[in-house]
Amino acid sequence: MKIKILWALLTLVIAGLIAVPWIASYFYIFIFTEILILGLFAASFNLIFGYTGMLSFGHAAFFGIGSYAMALVLIYLEWPFVVGLLVSMGVSALLALIIGFFCVRLNEVYFAMLTLAFGMMVFAIAYQWRSVTNGSDGLAGFSLGSFGLGLDLTLANPAVYYHVVLAIVVIASAVLYLVCRSSFGMILRAIRQNPERVSFAGLNVRTYRLVAFVIAGSFAGLAGGLIAPFLRVASPELLHWSMSAEPILMAILGGTGYFLGPFVGSAVFVLLETWITSFTESWMLVLGIILALMVIFFRKGLLGTVLDWWMEIKK
Amino acid sequence: MSGIGSALLNSLDIGLLLFIIAVGLNIVFGVLNIINFAHGALYMLGAYLAFTLINIVGMPFWAALLLAPLGVAILAVLIDRFLLRYIYSRDIADSLLLTFALLLIINESVRMIWGSGIQVVQPPQLLAGSMDIMGSSIPTYSLFVIVMGLALLAGLWFLFNRTRIGRIMRAAALDRDMAEVLCINTRLVVTGVFAFGAWLAAVGGVIAAPMRALDPGMGDKIIIESFIVVVIGGLGSFPGALLGAIILGLIHGFGGRYFPEVNMLLPFLGMALVLLFKPNGIMGKGAAA
Repeated sequence: MKIKILWALLTLVIAGLIAVPWIASYFYIFIFTEILILGLFAASFNLIFGYTGMLSFGHAAFFGIGSYAMALVLIYLEWPFVVGLLVSMGVSALLALIIGFFCVRLNEVYFAMLTLAFGMMVFAIAYQWRSVTNGSDGLAGFSLGSFGLGLDLTLANPAVYYHVVLAIVVIASAVLYLVCRSSFGMILRAIRQNPERVSFAGLNVRTYRLVAFVIAGSFAGLAGGLIAPFLRVASPELLHWSMSAEPILMAILGGTGYFLGPFVGSAVFVLLETWITSFTESWMLVLGIILALMVIFFRKGLLGTVLDWWMEIKK
Repeated sequence: MSGIGSALLNSLDIGLLLFIIAVGLNIVFGVLNIINFAHGALYMLGAYLAFTLINIVGMPFWAALLLAPLGVAILAVLIDRFLLRYIYSRDIADSLLLTFALLLIINESVRMIWGSGIQVVQPPQLLAGSMDIMGSSIPTYSLFVIVMGLALLAGLWFLFNRTRIGRIMRAAALDRDMAEVLCINTRLVVTGVFAFGAWLAAVGGVIAAPMRALDPGMGDKIIIESFIVVVIGGLGSFPGALLGAIILGLIHGFGGRYFPEVNMLLPFLGMALVLLFKPNGIMGKGAAA
């Protein structure tokens, strides 16, 4: 019964999201595009954080490399948009395989620091390899060609681009959700709770963690591939560790225990940022206070707290 | 002065400054088992407090060197009492997240109080200019940093190995429950150690103030550097912090001079290499999953 209500609610939300370009101003079309892309980024992060229990401080490496891949494809190859997204995913999956190979053998703190180091290595390369990445200015000035798949879409139109992003994010999230629900996802959750038990059961914990890391990386790359045409630039800031902090904040804000938590977190994060920065410059101060309160008192996040409470009262 | 000589001197003063900051991070981790993401923000706070005391209040540098770290240590006591006490018993990821929130709060407060522009602190008269040593001219302030680093190193060594307080801290680091049984007030030890770590960060900040321009991003830069130092040296290890700091100092001193195209990459490469071959750091213990 309750699950049915939740599904109905989700359908309503998606219907509302589809209707955004007709009911909201231009400004909010941009806001919602950003929420969706960052939500996917945060959801991919939550596969390794919330589900597998690995706190990565270098997730922006995959997000950023995805956006650079998209920018390079659009500038030099002029391939269709969909192919660009696949390239973004492929490149970031490859990078995640390399970085993950080294990182997944380490536990908590060391894992966090090594992912931070690798992330900053990628940042340093993007910053200093001027001939390919254009250094601190980043790659800009690419034009959006065709969409691909025989569809005739004007991607330069923000409303059209919003719908494209919505469709891709919904599909990608459905795939991620199925991954989380599968027996593979169950094993990841078991690893978070007790890696020793899992390895006693005969499973190779490292391999599972690596696969999770690569899947998370490739979906972060997909989000990166979506953000480059949206921002019209792929710049080193997308790779910086402060960018890696955003999905962490979003996951905590929304709740790491539910699949949609990071999306809720992304919406709250972007909307709060928009509203708060309109009357004060110290958005980061507010964010810091909110994060501290969430960590201390509402570790389950907004969605987690609300859902747990709702499941509790109406038995 | 020859290129190698000045690179070496440069490495030493960067390295010893990093040691002062990173050793605080390491002591806090060793006893409290938390990674203080806000450590760099506390370092920045030390530098900015020194700026106010010297440039606005008009105090001499030496008074600022005494007072600014004291102020930061008092703030650290409040942070420990009102925030960190909730998460000591939790997963280590929670301490990373909470101190990260603290970093955001302190960074933004600094920006609000002192502005986002660059501020400059002049070195005291005694340490301005340069000295002639063996026919080459060396900035006096670099020598001061090196002397301060060595003095703190000796002081810390004495504290940990020759005093009762140091033994209590080591006992609490080894086994907190056992220390409790032996009538040690571990609650007090925890607060004291956190404040001491913050004090060290702030001392580093005051010493760094005349060398580097102050800006609200300086804390973020130093926390990454400190992470690299403690990872290279070994998390929670006192000699490891020194070794890691010297190695990173050398990477900066020589990397900036001889490999300018890849100098940003080198520290992270060094850290990744150490983690690959000695996952627990050169002097550390127990890390692999």
